[in-house]
Amino acid sequence: MTLMKLENISFTYETEPVLRDLSLSIQEQDFIGLIGPNGSGKSTLLKIMGAIMKPDSGSVRFKESPVAKINKKLFAQSVSWIPQDHPMVFPFKVSEIVLMGRHPYLSPLSFESEEDFEITRRAMETTMTSQFADRYFNEISGGEKQRVMIASALAQRPEMMLLDEPTAALDLKYQIQILNILKNLNTAHNMTLIMAMHDLNLAASFCNRLILLDEGQIVRDGTPEQVLEKDILERVYGIEIDLDAKDGNIRVHPVIEN
Amino acid sequence: MNLRSYTMTLSIFFLIFIITLCVTPLIGSSNISLARAFSDSINISNNADANILFQVRLPRILLGALTGAALSVAGAIFQALLRNDLAAPFTLGVSSGAALGAVIAIALNLNMSLMGFPVVSLFSFLGSLGAIMLVFSLVRTRHGEFPTGILLLAGVTANFFFAAMVMFIHYLADFSQSFRIIRWLMGGLDITDYDTILSITPMVFLGIFILMFISRDLNLISTGVHSASSRGVNVARIQKVGFITASLITGTVVATCGPIGFVGLIVPHTVRLFVGPDLRILIPASMLFGASFLVACDTLARTIIAPTEIPVGIITAILGGPFFVWLLKRKRQV
Repeated sequence: MTLMKLENISFTYETEPVLRDLSLSIQEQDFIGLIGPNGSGKSTLLKIMGAIMKPDSGSVRFKESPVAKINKKLFAQSVSWIPQDHPMVFPFKVSEIVLMGRHPYLSPLSFESEEDFEITRRAMETTMTSQFADRYFNEISGGEKQRVMIASALAQRPEMMLLDEPTAALDLKYQIQILNILKNLNTAHNMTLIMAMHDLNLAASFCNRLILLDEGQIVRDGTPEQVLEKDILERVYGIEIDLDAKDGNIRVHPVIEN
Repeated sequence: MNLRSYTMTLSIFFLIFIITLCVTPLIGSSNISLARAFSDSINISNNADANILFQVRLPRILLGALTGAALSVAGAIFQALLRNDLAAPFTLGVSSGAALGAVIAIALNLNMSLMGFPVVSLFSFLGSLGAIMLVFSLVRTRHGEFPTGILLLAGVTANFFFAAMVMFIHYLADFSQSFRIIRWLMGGLDITDYDTILSITPMVFLGIFILMFISRDLNLISTGVHSASSRGVNVARIQKVGFITASLITGTVVATCGPIGFVGLIVPHTVRLFVGPDLRILIPASMLFGASFLVACDTLARTIIAPTEIPVGIITAILGGPFFVWLLKRKRQV
């Protein structure tokens, strides 16, 4: 089933076009890796899908309804978005950050109910963050922060999660840990996931669909095998690239001249 | 957060407030006797103790409480909206914007009321709103952040600019206006009566109620505008309501008491150390503690070199200056 459909999306920051006449449809339980060079429009596309920004032209539909017409809180009960980094000025505790994911379900001047606490508790178990619930968000490591943010997004009980480079600035162990959590959400909880990603090899091993963006347009959209082609990658990234396959997984190697 | 710990914490702040309210009226340059003040046998016009208590000290204490509450809540809100804990009505130039508005109204002899609100207050509100809009649009980066350095520079610039405008108007004003402006600019709680208090109370409480109503949305905005938006917060609307309401309560009290500095910085910070940054509790706790704090400062101002009284703004600035430096230093370390 089609979960989200974008048609002829264009977006311009000041004078510089970021997305150009882009169309895309997202199926239920997709695990999409959004790849492409810096400035190709990945983050902007995620924000438009998350209804954080409005496109200059074109339409976004979620399950047939135009996103612009859906109540913001109602939309947040279906789609969540996780930024790349999490600067936090104020000393919120981890548990408070996760509880903020319940915002779309709460009315003003109300407190979280037992049910809200139960949902956040489960979200923290899924992301292995329960043990630092009482610590300050600013005092935990980058990988832990990313897991806490995923827990908070899970507390929204979404059908679809948008992640902006969830593994950026993390060491290899944490990268794999985060991606395993996401993979588990995708397969065991039927979560639809779209993540922007720079590491093509990790994207290829975890995602079932890759979308390659360049200069605000989709260059390729399909399985990792269909998208990761030598000449296309060389053209988009502007460097020489070698491809090989190991255990059925494609590996991308930039050619380094010595 | 659950209801039990919430009411427990707030009860403590309420107790502090009640104690302040009971103790401070008894402190002053002349000793008064409660027995005499409440005595039925003495005619009220001859009862010096009752007059000092009810006509001099009590209105001043109530005005101090309202002002402290309003400035502290406004500080907490500005800090959340700008995601910067050095933001406050005074450091942002909002207080001096309000001062400029009030001085213009005084210089134009606008002593009337409009729909029950004194015109001086309305001008003062517009001044504070103008100042916050200026700082907001000047400082915000493309990514919606408010970096400390630029924020403080903008605040200082706004303060200097508005102060220059105030001096210019003051220079042109006639003798009686000039006296009113000077008296008012020093910032003080001493010229007041119950009518004034009655006219600003509804504004302050309505403002604080509105801010409580959007407090969880503001929590989310304080962690980032985009993630707030993705959790269903209508960011543009909440920012608008937040800035207007915080400016309104600032303008209302500044129009009456003049610019009293640093309360909006010291109080939310101190309270945050005890209750955390969640505005659902930070707003009411800052309101109660801010009220107690300014009343305590004013009691000090009334008595420290008695019988001479000094403007309370001097006390808050003497406490606030070093506090601000300490915050800035701590911020640079992390």
